[in-house]
Amino acid sequence: MIEQWFPNVDWEKMWEATLQTLYMTSISVVITFVLGLLLGLLLFLTSKGQLWENKAVYGITAVIVNVFRSIPFIILIVLLIPFTKAIIGTIIGENAALPALIIGAAPFYARMVEIALREIDKGVIEAARAMGASTSTIIRKVLIPESLPALVSGLTVTAIALVGYTAMAGVIGAGGLGNLAFLDGFQRSRNDVTLMATIVILIIVFIIQFIGDTFTRKLDKR
Amino acid sequence: MILIEQAKKIFQTKNGPVTAVDDINLSILEGEIFGMIGYSGAGKSTLIRMLNGLETPTEGSVTVAGRTVSKIKGSELRKARQEIGMIFQHFNLLWSRTVRENIAFPLEIAGAPKAERDKRVNELIELVGLDGRGDSYPSQLSGGQKQRVGIARALANNPKVLLCDEATSALDPQTTDSILELLVDINERLGLTIVLITHEMHVIRKICHRVAVMEAGKIVEMGPVLDVFRRPEQLITKRFVQQVTEPEESKETIRHLVEAHPDGKIVKLTFVGVSAEQPVITEIIRRFDVAINILQGKISQTQNGAYGTLFVHLTGNASEVDKAVAFLDAQQVDSEVITYD
Repeated sequence: MIEQWFPNVDWEKMWEATLQTLYMTSISVVITFVLGLLLGLLLFLTSKGQLWENKAVYGITAVIVNVFRSIPFIILIVLLIPFTKAIIGTIIGENAALPALIIGAAPFYARMVEIALREIDKGVIEAARAMGASTSTIIRKVLIPESLPALVSGLTVTAIALVGYTAMAGVIGAGGLGNLAFLDGFQRSRNDVTLMATIVILIIVFIIQFIGDTFTRKLDKR
Repeated sequence: MILIEQAKKIFQTKNGPVTAVDDINLSILEGEIFGMIGYSGAGKSTLIRMLNGLETPTEGSVTVAGRTVSKIKGSELRKARQEIGMIFQHFNLLWSRTVRENIAFPLEIAGAPKAERDKRVNELIELVGLDGRGDSYPSQLSGGQKQRVGIARALANNPKVLLCDEATSALDPQTTDSILELLVDINERLGLTIVLITHEMHVIRKICHRVAVMEAGKIVEMGPVLDVFRRPEQLITKRFVQQVTEPEESKETIRHLVEAHPDGKIVKLTFVGVSAEQPVITEIIRRFDVAINILQGKISQTQNGAYGTLFVHLTGNASEVDKAVAFLDAQQVDSEVITYD
């Protein structure tokens, strides 16, 4: 029956594209998490009244984050072509999509990290300082654990945005479901292929959302 | 144990500099429970935070347990802080950690090995009366239990000093009393020096040995709790003392009493320390030909003895009444004839 509804879908190709999307998403989520966490911590710690309060560092970081967050992703990919070529060696394929994906998503996640850290009760940080905790101890044992549910739910949102970004990257040659939908579906007027690629993307998004929600719920002891 | 010399703290704000702590000199003895009372904005929070270096004085010095907290920095300051416990109005527990893990946190900071931490946590859970709640999360505890965790956590590294920042202000009266009893118990058992700040005179009366009254960054009055209760000098101190000795309605009541008893005299007796237990009233009735009627009264216990006021109405022959008042004056009781004007 499925064959009837989707006569033009090449399942092997669809599966390959799904794996490419998952590959691009997972690698970029991991790196975005690390980079965004570091940037978010820097934003939080250098903001007013915090441990490393520093107007200049905060200002510069905030501007960089805002600029990269504001550039539409499709334009960002194009702008980054020389950079991508320099570090990946090519502008075609899944790996070539990674720099743009990470640079597009990390600032977005950094802001969410900053917001999550701001939600921490200031008194708890003060209590840790009063106990003689160093800043690195406060980061490891207070800031991250106390904001973990928000960090995870923020990562869920970012991961879903990244799935969307991979599809856009696919259109300009990065592979994956977006590429399949565009080349095999749209350009060859095979609507069933486009529809199937969309369904697979939706399933991926739902699974990410489900995993994220489950973790967030488990972690939150408030 | 604690020495504050000419401490001053000036905050730069948008509206110009604000002096939060203004030239304070203070010495607190080992084993003492020292209270600082004042309304919000009096500078008491800033002052108590100077004791563990959360605030540094703009001028002057702060010495705690032989360390000049106001001068040291970095790892030396962190080391010093491990010997100064602190508890907070809103407890400031980590919600992501269980009771045990919260209490173990300062031990982790101090680098104690796991086995030692577990042993110490068990002792502390017992000390603060939280047996069986070790694996609960803070969100599952009542306010009083949370503060007990706070106290256990503050005591984990065997500090020499415990700082209490409005530690009972978020608790109901009954829970407040149980936490105060725990603090007295710890003070007596461990010989721990306790410094607390509060805006409730009840807290001062209940557990403090000495009190300092703060207003606009300065200490305006200081002394043993009973003395301050007996002879408050400043207006602000009088108001704080009234919090515990006279219910709010008492001024009204006294006016009514004076109006209702135009004959004889109404005397306010203030009992301090030992005399609170002496049968002064019985003596008056025995010695003088007067009728005595107790109108209103309240006796409170403090750390160094009882304190209370009693309003009595004396009637009878005018000269006998005068003699009775003179007798009262000669006793260890302060008496004041109330007139209505």
